[in-house]
Amino acid sequence: MKRLFPILSIVTVILLAYALYLALVVAPTDALQGDVYRIIYYHVPSAWTAFLLFFINFVASVRYLARSKPSTETAAKWIAIAIGVVGFIAPFLPPVRKLIPAGMEPGAVATTIVLIPVLYFVVGKLFPGDRLDVLAVTSAEVGVVFCTIVLVTGPLWARPVWGIWWAPGDIRLTSTLVMWLIYVSYLLLRRFSSSAQTQMLAAALAVFGALDVPLVYLSIWFFRTQHPQPVIGGGGTMDPRMLHVLLFSWMAFLLFGFLVCWSRFRLELLRREVEQAHAMESLAGAGVSSATSLPLSRSTR
Amino acid sequence: MNAVKFLFAAYVATWVIHIFYISTIVRRLSRLRQQLKELSRGK
Repeated sequence: MKRLFPILSIVTVILLAYALYLALVVAPTDALQGDVYRIIYYHVPSAWTAFLLFFINFVASVRYLARSKPSTETAAKWIAIAIGVVGFIAPFLPPVRKLIPAGMEPGAVATTIVLIPVLYFVVGKLFPGDRLDVLAVTSAEVGVVFCTIVLVTGPLWARPVWGIWWAPGDIRLTSTLVMWLIYVSYLLLRRFSSSAQTQMLAAALAVFGALDVPLVYLSIWFFRTQHPQPVIGGGGTMDPRMLHVLLFSWMAFLLFGFLVCWSRFRLELLRREVEQAHAMESLAGAGVSSATSLPLSRSTR
Repeated sequence: MNAVKFLFAAYVATWVIHIFYISTIVRRLSRLRQQLKELSRGK
């Protein structure tokens, strides 16, 4: 495991450098926007990575909340299975198909929904006990970093293309900002609350905060916004060479995000270890002082 | 030509944010390792 991290780091650096080369040199110039459109190769992969990390945070938080009681855990397990089964079949049924926005493939909807139970069981298997909470804080923090990049690169792209930095009232932009604020508040709650219930409260906040994630994703499918309509996934057309670069760039950022999460996960484990060691030390100190004071108190009696 | 400045700014901003975040992780990791070492020495 110790060797894997440096090997993956080298692979990631090579992939990111190659993605940069593809984005700046190989990808064709956009006929309407010119070269500035190349921001897409950082903006969109960062957004997709943030969505994925918030999704992991949601699943880890649900599992963390569910493990408080065996009956809740069983119920959550069956609900996850039911979501998977219904989500796999429902998008292909004609009445449900009508509700799916034009251009969105039912197969893509089914795959996304099936990911919920799959991730639920994978996360539970790989991160037992308190590690679920460690995973939740890790994915939220790294997700906020990627979401910050989305919010910084978005206006830098909007200014030369739309002539404005920000479109007030645009549902995609506003919901993304709200999503960022929700997860920042989640991290602040974890940082400054000293209650014994902090982890539970944070998990509950994460479950409600996750409701904003599909709203952000689907906003451009359901509403006409200043933000462009989807260019992939059936919602629009994109030059295959551009699409290839975009997907490669996402793969590189995903691997990079995974490594950052790995480091942050180790940091959180170490932080808890130090906290525990401090607690043990102060307990031992209290034990020594009570042990030394006991004979004295007895002698005074 | 002016628009390319925005492209450059977006790419630089992305890496500044990532490098800043990674540096905070590294700093926090080394501080915690130091604390753990001191605690084990104290025992």
